[in-house]
Amino acid sequence: MNPLLEIRNIETYYDLIYAIRGASLTVMEGSVTAILGNNGAGKSTILKTLMGLIEDQPDKGSILFEGQSIDGRDTEDIVRRGISYVPEGREVFEELSVRENLLMGAYVRRDRDGIRQDFERVYDYFPILANRTHQWAGTLSGGEQQMLAIGRALMSRPKLLCLDEPSLGLSPLLVKEIFRIITQINTEGVTILLVEQNARMALNIADMGLILENGRFVMKGSSQELLNDPNVKEFYLGMQDESSAKGYQRWKRKRRWR
Amino acid sequence: MIDFIQMLINGVAVGSSYALLGIAMVIIYKTSEVPNFAQGEMALISTYVAYMLLEQYQFPSYMAFPLSLVFAVVLGCVLEFTVLRRAKAPSVLGMIIITIGLEMILMGLVSWKFGAEQKSMPFPISPYDSVMFGDFFVSTLEILTLVVALCAMIVLFLFFRYSRLGMAMKATQQNPVAARIMGIRTRRILMATWGISSLVGASAGLLISPVIMQPYMMWDPMLKGFAAAVMGGMTSLPGAVFGAYLLGIIENLFGGYISIEFKSVVAFVVIVLMLCIRPSGLFARHYVKKV
Repeated sequence: MNPLLEIRNIETYYDLIYAIRGASLTVMEGSVTAILGNNGAGKSTILKTLMGLIEDQPDKGSILFEGQSIDGRDTEDIVRRGISYVPEGREVFEELSVRENLLMGAYVRRDRDGIRQDFERVYDYFPILANRTHQWAGTLSGGEQQMLAIGRALMSRPKLLCLDEPSLGLSPLLVKEIFRIITQINTEGVTILLVEQNARMALNIADMGLILENGRFVMKGSSQELLNDPNVKEFYLGMQDESSAKGYQRWKRKRRWR
Repeated sequence: MIDFIQMLINGVAVGSSYALLGIAMVIIYKTSEVPNFAQGEMALISTYVAYMLLEQYQFPSYMAFPLSLVFAVVLGCVLEFTVLRRAKAPSVLGMIIITIGLEMILMGLVSWKFGAEQKSMPFPISPYDSVMFGDFFVSTLEILTLVVALCAMIVLFLFFRYSRLGMAMKATQQNPVAARIMGIRTRRILMATWGISSLVGASAGLLISPVIMQPYMMWDPMLKGFAAAVMGGMTSLPGAVFGAYLLGIIENLFGGYISIEFKSVVAFVVIVLMLCIRPSGLFARHYVKKV
């Protein structure tokens, strides 16, 4: 397997806030890689930096996609190289119909037949969308909007699909459904980079996991390793060995662990 | 009764040119939330270009008018590219001020180059020809204006509904970040918006020019077009059109029955009332965002 995406030691600022403090990661072709972390750890910032959505960032470091540097380029160009991004909070075009949203997903493509095939493919993954083709996207439920956002991202036939918190605000059943479809998309040849708070779900489908704290990766490993690691268990999966009276000790241990 | 219907007809006729300018404003407002006060003067310059081609270079009118419309598109794109895009991290208010400044510059340019006196545009249709429908007079120029306005509306409707570029414009307006993620080059979209808007505005300018042609000719229609757009909710093309016709009719009826002196002020009274009763405009579609 070759590395599809390599992020090398990037640092990102939001004005004066030092958000990513030197993070590196490699995404292998055909794999599912999950980035886990708490609120404010910088998970979404990594994806935004990758997509070129934060102006003049990354401040330091480089991002290679298929061996070519993409850092500092326009989002529009990065998308054309084959990276698709499902933003946090879905961000569908609310006053366009479902069909038009999907068409916009295929904006970078010109092949009409291919686009038609991909419409079929997306409707296969998400049959609900097929029933809602002419409805405004803003009138869909949260889960349907998430499906639409993923479908829209697939319409550009990406090599790498980046998902930012696909489980946000969805019922457990829907989360399961979405993750099942993500796995299916992956088996059909799309590499996936997943950012999640829901560590257990993410590690269940991921090959590799990374844990981000305060803008640095503190742990990397196969998802099996992470699932069995005592610290990960305690801090991210919510399993505890002892009763929570020792909360202070836990906090101290966590500080040291960083 | 005959008077009344005649006034309605005149109202619709004058409403058509308001409608064109209203549409032009809405197109830009929709994508960038900036009411473009230079709209009238952009049309003014394009109109004077047509005049120049006809009078000084003796172009036939079937070439001069299309050329001036092409000029209008280029002008719109160039202004967006050279002036508005240069604004660093602009606020909406800042952008509005820029368009007002632009308006003054363009108007000054026209006065300086062509002089401030009244010109007569060698338009192929005289504004004094008219057609009789039963007891009613309609001038041929008014019919032409109506036809042009209707065509512009239909073309724009189809454009926004079915074309890739039109759809991308709507997408950019609704969610610029998401549009960029789709690979839409939003800055180019904005430029195209200015081009199209300038084109629509210029067609209004050309249709006004046979009646009145001097550097202030676009002031009144532009403000009325803006008023119409506000009435329609600023973001809705059908709203602006409806507002424009309504305004044209109210204005004419007011002029006919109440006071001819205050005829052109009535538009603004209507707006004030409008904004008191329905601040979002007649046609604004309010989509409440789910948080």
